[in-house]
Amino acid sequence: MIELRDVSKRFVLHNQGSAVIEVMSGAALSVAAGECVALTGASGAGKSTLMRLIYGNYRAHGGAIRVGGVDVATAGPREILALRRATLGHVSQFLRVVPRVPTIDIVAEPCLLNGMDADAARDRAGRLLARLRVPAALWSLSPTTFSGGEQQRVNIARGFAHDFPALLLDEPTASLDPVNRETVLEMIEEAKARGAAIVGIFHDAGARARVADREIDVSRFAAGAAA
Amino acid sequence: MTPLLSVDGLGKRYGARIGCADVSFDLWPGEVMGIVGESGSGKTTLLNCLAGHLRPDEGRVVFDTRDRGPVDTLTMSEPERRMLARTDWAFVHQNPRDGLRLDVSAGGNIGERLMAVGARNYGAIRAAATDWLGRVEIDDARIDDRPRAFSGGMQQRLQIARNLVSGPRLVFMDEPTGGLDVSVQARLLDLLRGLVREMGLSAIVVTHDLAVVRLLAERLMVMKGGRVVESGLTDQVLDDPQHAYTQLLVSSVLQV
Repeated sequence: MIELRDVSKRFVLHNQGSAVIEVMSGAALSVAAGECVALTGASGAGKSTLMRLIYGNYRAHGGAIRVGGVDVATAGPREILALRRATLGHVSQFLRVVPRVPTIDIVAEPCLLNGMDADAARDRAGRLLARLRVPAALWSLSPTTFSGGEQQRVNIARGFAHDFPALLLDEPTASLDPVNRETVLEMIEEAKARGAAIVGIFHDAGARARVADREIDVSRFAAGAAA
Repeated sequence: MTPLLSVDGLGKRYGARIGCADVSFDLWPGEVMGIVGESGSGKTTLLNCLAGHLRPDEGRVVFDTRDRGPVDTLTMSEPERRMLARTDWAFVHQNPRDGLRLDVSAGGNIGERLMAVGARNYGAIRAAATDWLGRVEIDDARIDDRPRAFSGGMQQRLQIARNLVSGPRLVFMDEPTGGLDVSVQARLLDLLRGLVREMGLSAIVVTHDLAVVRLLAERLMVMKGGRVVESGLTDQVLDDPQHAYTQLLVSSVLQV
């Protein structure tokens, strides 16, 4: 489902003496449907960089990044937008939303974009929010003023609203209490069971051990590391 | 599927100076594209060339019309282009006073555009005006008031209602949130996003506000000195800018 081959990434900082920073070379990864692969490595090793390369908000300089038949490394904006709408979900660490939009609509949006009718989408969004213990009194409010943990749960609900065949999870359990952490881990297990291919970053070793089938240490993709 | 708007090699000079040059892109139905760049980078010149307010010196602007399919709007007859501007196109000015008739009531401002495309039934026009005032969150008790008496944010929302009432397919926006309070900006952004989604509009939004563009547009073009220096997915251009100027632009934003 997700297949990376010989991916390289460099940053050229034009305004800082045109410094060229080679951050990754020869990155390879293969994730089958129903499988969860955890990215590991010290802070700065390139876990998030790899994740962003797959999502397409970082541009690869070489190699192929195939997600469900689309090569993100060479695809045009339109193909990537279509991929993100239907195939590739992303739970980031940050919630970025238009101010004033109610929480329930933010969570329902991926369903609407995939053609679900408005009532069914809101219904599904409500069930996810309830499962993640976001109080119903908050659903009609914008999440911009919510606590960090609440925002993260809104983000997770949104990421799981549509049954994406491929999912990227960036620290999904980072700021959650034990009860909600358990719920999120169950949701990840259910997503695997329905056949989702998942790439995740989990600093929480217990969570990683529980949901990940394999671990990939990204420091071996660092540019200059022995290939 | 054909692009709604297909721009090829567009250029405009002011004497020896470049207004914009070598601009090419395709805009697909339902897409929102942002154009960013500093003052004088040619964003507004480009927008005005696309919308037919300025005559470019070279290039083509092909619009997928309802009846004739793709037509170069630059070689279209003037009446045909004017008809397009009243029906399928809309233009939201930065300054609402440029896009509104200040001595005509709010309802009249909305109704005028419908009448321009042939609506004659007073009751239906007034009902449409009332409906649109509601959609842009203006109290319908204000329908007979003149926009001169409205706040800046209300005027901007009224301008949007006036533009969208005729069900356009392509909206040009020049700094739609410029000059407004941040709280009013947020409300307008939310409104625009909702309308774009609901009506399946395509839009081209010129702005210098990167936060606005991130929330409103999925595609982005960066201009400098009249030329497009970088374009792509909005989050890719903002998160991983490739061109020196884009890097400077992104790194210059103050964090709140």
